[in-house]
Amino acid sequence: MKALYFAWIRERTGLAEEVIEPPATVKTAGDLIDWLKGRGEEFEYAFGDEHVVRIAIDRAHVQRDAPIEGAREIAFFPPMTGG
Amino acid sequence: MADKPIIDVRVQAGPFDAAGEAKRLAALADVGAVVTFTGICRSDGGRLKGLELEHYPGMAEEEIARVAGEAARRWPIAGAVAIHRHGVIAAGDDIVLVVTASAHRAAAFAAAEFLMDWLKTRAPFWKREIFADGSAGDWVEARAADDHAADRWHLDKAAE
Repeated sequence: MKALYFAWIRERTGLAEEVIEPPATVKTAGDLIDWLKGRGEEFEYAFGDEHVVRIAIDRAHVQRDAPIEGAREIAFFPPMTGG
Repeated sequence: MADKPIIDVRVQAGPFDAAGEAKRLAALADVGAVVTFTGICRSDGGRLKGLELEHYPGMAEEEIARVAGEAARRWPIAGAVAIHRHGVIAAGDDIVLVVTASAHRAAAFAAAEFLMDWLKTRAPFWKREIFADGSAGDWVEARAADDHAADRWHLDKAAE
């Protein structure tokens, strides 16, 4: 699936987007965050303040317990500050 | 108001024509009230040259359209226009426009306020400050006040 990172999460990971292939044990968006954090210091830093990270699966807001099975695109971003 | 409301959502880099959009909605059938809200980039007392707005292309449009659709379900509006800019916005320039039209003012005011409150907390846009000397500043932090403003509309958390 495609992973997208926005705003300061993008800056901390150093990536705007990438294709990821998490193992089958990663079932929810929250599991995915834990898995991403294990990939290196920059991901640990990006997701360190985990409670503020917002998640969208296929462009719809979801919570951490949302299943990721079948997702094409998952995005991680800080709280929105538009308007 | 039997007709389906006109809903027009745009995410764009360039400026918009607030008066023109309001005029367009005012011309719809049975409209007695048009509310126009324009959000403007502040200089914060000369501290900022402007803002840079990052967005999630695709989701930004979809989310604002969802919000506008929800406004149309909640209030009898004839039309709603929501335009949000992205990219570099200079202090004093427009950032966001919401126009709502209805037979009566109560629905037009409520729908416009709902749209702005929900848009601020749900639409995927992030602001970063550009200091007066042109250097990149900090990301603007989400305000609890905006969340509280959105909460009062009792959004359906299950739909998230």
